[in-house]
Amino acid sequence: MTEALRLDGIRAGRLGAEDLARNFDDLHAPLTGHEALIAADRCYFCHDAPCVTACPTDIDIPMFIRQIATGMEDAAAKTIFDQNILGGMCARVCPTETLCEEVCVREVAEGKPVEIGRLQRFATDAMMAEGEHPYTRAAETGKSVAVVGAGPAGLACAHRLAMHGHSVTLYDARPKAGGLNEYGIAAYKTVDGYAQAEVDWLMQIGGISLKTGRTLGDSLTLAALRDDYDAVFLGIGLGGVGALGLEGEGMTGAENAVDFIATLRQTADLTQLPVGRHVVVIGGGMTAVDAAVQSKLLGAETVTIAYRRDQDRMPASRYEQDLAATHGVRLMFGVVPAALRGEGQLREVELSYVDGDMKPTGETVTLRADQLFRAIGQKLEAVEGLSLDSGKIAVDTEGKTSLDGVWAGGDCAAGGEDLTVTAVAEGRDAAEAIHRALST
Amino acid sequence: MADLTTDFLGIKSPNPFWLASAPPTDKEYNVRRAFEAGWGGVVWKTLGAEGPPVVNVNGPRYGVIHGADRRVLGLNNIELITDRDLETNLEEITRVKKDWPDRALIVSIMVPCEEAAWKDILPRVEATGADGIELNFGCPHGMSERGMGSAVGQVPEYIEMVTRWCKQYYSKPVIVKLTPNITDIRKPAEAARKGGADAVSLINTINSIVSVDLDTMSPHPSIDGKGTHGGYCGPAVKPIALSMVSEIARAPATHGMPISGIGGVTTWRDAAEFITMGCGNVQVCTAAMTYGFKVVQEMIAGLSRWMDEKGHESIADFMGAAVPNTTDWQYLNLNYIAKAKIDQDACISCGRCYAACEDTSHQAIAMSEDRTFSVIDEECVACNLCVEVCPVENCISMVPMEAGTTDPRTGKVVQDDYANWTTHPNNPGAVAAE
Repeated sequence: MTEALRLDGIRAGRLGAEDLARNFDDLHAPLTGHEALIAADRCYFCHDAPCVTACPTDIDIPMFIRQIATGMEDAAAKTIFDQNILGGMCARVCPTETLCEEVCVREVAEGKPVEIGRLQRFATDAMMAEGEHPYTRAAETGKSVAVVGAGPAGLACAHRLAMHGHSVTLYDARPKAGGLNEYGIAAYKTVDGYAQAEVDWLMQIGGISLKTGRTLGDSLTLAALRDDYDAVFLGIGLGGVGALGLEGEGMTGAENAVDFIATLRQTADLTQLPVGRHVVVIGGGMTAVDAAVQSKLLGAETVTIAYRRDQDRMPASRYEQDLAATHGVRLMFGVVPAALRGEGQLREVELSYVDGDMKPTGETVTLRADQLFRAIGQKLEAVEGLSLDSGKIAVDTEGKTSLDGVWAGGDCAAGGEDLTVTAVAEGRDAAEAIHRALST
Repeated sequence: MADLTTDFLGIKSPNPFWLASAPPTDKEYNVRRAFEAGWGGVVWKTLGAEGPPVVNVNGPRYGVIHGADRRVLGLNNIELITDRDLETNLEEITRVKKDWPDRALIVSIMVPCEEAAWKDILPRVEATGADGIELNFGCPHGMSERGMGSAVGQVPEYIEMVTRWCKQYYSKPVIVKLTPNITDIRKPAEAARKGGADAVSLINTINSIVSVDLDTMSPHPSIDGKGTHGGYCGPAVKPIALSMVSEIARAPATHGMPISGIGGVTTWRDAAEFITMGCGNVQVCTAAMTYGFKVVQEMIAGLSRWMDEKGHESIADFMGAAVPNTTDWQYLNLNYIAKAKIDQDACISCGRCYAACEDTSHQAIAMSEDRTFSVIDEECVACNLCVEVCPVENCISMVPMEAGTTDPRTGKVVQDDYANWTTHPNNPGAVAAE
């Protein structure tokens, strides 16, 4: 295998199937029953617990952990799903280290929080494995709602609306529902087709009609949706990726990180997925880390994350940074791409050091790069007629947009932290607001 | 180095840790290994009368209450006395005692409540050379249905009668093992003393059903779908044992009577506590059944080091030291006033003290917006609940108020003299202070 690893350019098959299977296995093995009991026993059942306050979906964490401790993981799962119908995915992808587990009193006291994320996965997996869907629909209200975007926000919104008896049509541009759960996020965080399994489980509520391959602005217009439905929810995410603004960005090898991740997630046989020998990722968020680590796991020899600011300002958590570092990814801070070199195929990236005000210091460094991933954030693809706020759809506290009968949530809406869990909270809360509006 | 040797009723052992009469002491193989591991003494598993031995169930005999990591907190058993031939046991006892003269070897006995039965077995036990006998008046399951074990231990007259027979037909020390399944533990102890017993040992196991299988609706352990109560032991029973020991140590009729302490002794510290409550030694079973014989080495090392730290040269130095401080509620000092105090540096803001006090106690803890928890002295009755539910050791402490200061709860000045319920004005039966 050494030979394949040392071939320049972007190539498939740098690692064999066995190595790849091991590399892309579950990042955190699921807790066994006994491990879960021990982990649950560490929870102090705090009064007015800080972890609940820190959870964007307000899951009653001490309660579900106590339910696990008493051997009732299904009851625990219900506690979780009541607040967060995508609690299974959030258990896998939430940056718990900056949310519930960061404020766990045992983190504060001992530097070792209760393993809330893993416990949440334990409970939600248990219920899903049994195939139980714990909710039933209210009687049909006769109202219909269009939910555009079947990512975390749209799914959460659709489920809650369906539960209240509304008839939901769920549109998505891609062939599959799930949004970033299916097309974003590192593969090792959601193994064994979990994203689709979760969508299938969620759809058991009934009353949701999924229509894929339908893009807003293309085959769907907001005006028509407003005419055809009693309400519209937009959870369309962020589509556009900004360019670096450098010459040569069209060369083979200069790609968007989100596209690379989406392709990886949809590739059944990773031995067929090409990756560069030398990879440079521009950016500092979770997408940058996901692209970098997965490049390394595919067999890239060197992978560098180049972030423009200093480490403390890196959007990816310290945990994510450590994850990258332990996989052999080099993290560079205070550097911006200055030039791309190659003839048709990218060969080198020149980075320029910058100071705190983003001014070049004059020092540069050149890295070999067969592949460069842009992970410099995504932009909203404009939707006609909606007011914007900082480049995103302006919404009030309940997710209502500037247009009557139109709500929005998730990454496309202003505010929030572009996390799966905040998208779920926004979708859920918008559904409640829509339900109230339709009930009056 | 502290001297751990004990002289209990003239029976010497290199340390106060004896294995109680129980499954670990049922045969030569185990007892030899126990002595090799360092146990100071062994009470051989209870012998029955000559004849076909008892039979045990052929299904599960034990049930346990587990902590979260399957730590054994309480153990329940339905095993009977030895199910091996009397003669085999006697031969083995003889051999072991001969090879281990420096260790205590006591023989536990349970035969029917008839003089002839005792008269028959006692000379044969005496012939083994064992150091003494322990009368099993405690086992609460199985044998009690046949009029033995706790069925005897629950009738002080029987205890006295059988003890007297034993003193008559046996020349060495007689220890009477008491059942806790009784209202007033002092009565059987007193009966034993009247019968001439040299010592009592306690507690035997407590009637218990550890759990019910919610699928089969059978108590656990289940024998073909049915269960029966067993005898409970292990760490969970220690507080009950310690209290019963203290009652015997304090009662005028039994005060000074040698006691062998039994019940949940798991560590050197448990042993030390039983000794301070008047025990001359301790007997251990569940800790050995959970971890093996080696645990005695922790007990020996721990007790020895603690004694060195405290300047105790021998077991006798601290034996019974806590007895004078164990009193009746009515003699507790009502002028002693304390207040809870939370160490804010140690506090991790879990809020358990708040929940406990607010919901179930005296609403004496305040919680601020930023999750700072503080004691409201005007409400605090110093109940200690917050201390006990706080997950951080020494974070909350009970601080006594100085005499002369005013208790903000009652508005009364703290007195430095002692005053108890017997003289309190609210007590209808109060006697006037002289």
